[in-house]
Amino acid sequence: MRHEMSGQNQIALRVRNLVVDYGELHAVSDISFDAQAGSVTAVLGPNGAGKTTTMEVCSGVRRATSGTVSVLGLDPIRNRLEMNSRIGVMLQDGGVYPSARVGEVLEHYCNLFGNRERADDLLRAVDLTAKCRITWRRLSGGERQRLSLALALAARPEVAFLDEPTSGVDVVGRDLIRGIVRNLADTGCAVVLATHELDEAERLADHVVMFQHGKLIANASLTDLQGSTQLITLRTAHDIDLTALALHMGCRVEKHNDVLHLYAKSDANFVARLGTWFAENSLPLNDLRSGLPRLEDIYRELTNKRELTNTVNHSAQAGR
Amino acid sequence: MFFSQLRQELTIMARNGEQLLLLIGIPVMLLVFFTQVDILPTQGLPAVEFLVPGILGLAVMSSAMVSLGIATGFERSYGVLKRLGTTPLGTRRLVFAKIIAACVIEALQLALLVVVGLVLGWRPVNANWLAVFVAVALGTASFAGLGLTLAGRLSAEINLAAQNGLYLVLLLLGGIVVPTEELPSFSHGVSLALPSTALSNLLRDGFSGQEFAQNSLLVLVIWAFASCVAAVLFFRWSD
Repeated sequence: MRHEMSGQNQIALRVRNLVVDYGELHAVSDISFDAQAGSVTAVLGPNGAGKTTTMEVCSGVRRATSGTVSVLGLDPIRNRLEMNSRIGVMLQDGGVYPSARVGEVLEHYCNLFGNRERADDLLRAVDLTAKCRITWRRLSGGERQRLSLALALAARPEVAFLDEPTSGVDVVGRDLIRGIVRNLADTGCAVVLATHELDEAERLADHVVMFQHGKLIANASLTDLQGSTQLITLRTAHDIDLTALALHMGCRVEKHNDVLHLYAKSDANFVARLGTWFAENSLPLNDLRSGLPRLEDIYRELTNKRELTNTVNHSAQAGR
Repeated sequence: MFFSQLRQELTIMARNGEQLLLLIGIPVMLLVFFTQVDILPTQGLPAVEFLVPGILGLAVMSSAMVSLGIATGFERSYGVLKRLGTTPLGTRRLVFAKIIAACVIEALQLALLVVVGLVLGWRPVNANWLAVFVAVALGTASFAGLGLTLAGRLSAEINLAAQNGLYLVLLLLGGIVVPTEELPSFSHGVSLALPSTALSNLLRDGFSGQEFAQNSLLVLVIWAFASCVAAVLFFRWSD
């Protein structure tokens, strides 16, 4: 079972119709997704979208109201201890006693997972060897995050649940954490990473699960989400007839603040036609860029679409 | 796994300055003060003979209940327990490690108080040490179960207030520094049902070489069993 589940492309985490209510509040509403071994699954969404609640249910810290969760084929509540010996969890809050020293707390966690020899290697991996005798309360935010990650790795996890691992971490620390996360996935671990930083997910994720108000709005590979369409952006402070431009260019056009977004396959001909339209309308063409759409743009597009659908549904219901 | 958790518990406890005041300072001060200032009714006994068994009971209460309970409550608010809940440690091993850690601290505390008592003139010549050990063990289980039950359910701040409030009630009504017979009559029934009263009575019986009072023994056995079961059943890893 253990070897079967830990192979690449095996489903390590299966979430089906998960619902979590806090009294009247629906924190998570009917979500389903999988996470595969050997890949990084990013759970994305703004603060309060239900990411942490989902991570806590998956790691057995919280009970679901309904739905099922299976981690390495195990139930997080019924098979808690067996599951815990095979997973690593990095909580959003520290979870370390303020007077505990870095070295001793890491050694303790390695002992709990029966991997005592791993403590020194992990200290080196997160670059905290020099801080070995420093207490948790004296660590900086970034150092706490690195230690917290090391504690999650003490298990040699087959599934790692990492909640906001780079939050409050400086550039160097982020690179270090990204390297560790990527390496973890490359060695067959299913990494489930919750973050509200879309840029972070874009750098690390193989698969993306997006939340909004406790509901799933996307569940696809990063490549599929970005699709074959490119995003062309340009900056303009002028009023532009978006419909006319869309008709001329034959693609979808949006304006966000002073940035125009055109979704199309960009080539020399496209750029030439765009230049011509701007020249004919006596408008300047500034800061023209093209590339794959960013997750931020995709998220914005998906949430706008959803808000629009909700508005239409509400209007339709009100009209009945 | 268990021993690693036990070592961690002892290390953290030893680093906590305010805990040492509660565990060592208060019982020693009470013992020295009330043996030197003759203001307590002590049932015709020399003050030190009456006070040492009660203060030993107080020491058990402060280490097994208040110190353990407050530390555990804050561990829950710091997320320490939540994180431990994601390891293979499990509730039983955690609770057991905490109780054993409290016992180790308690043993050091009792040894110190016995020495202070001897210096102050206490002479337990008829003591039945086995009976004393049984009383301390039952008292430890009762108070640790109580402390962990509160710590496992209440928020850190409310737990802190509740543990200290309960400590005061058990100290005043538990026959530790004031004999229960001297308390107002309406509180007698409550007093006899308290674990602190039962423990101080059993310790006085043990040190004077008398047989255990059956009702005190029964009360403490019930408290020990019920509070430990409650701790395991109601303990929560996170808020």
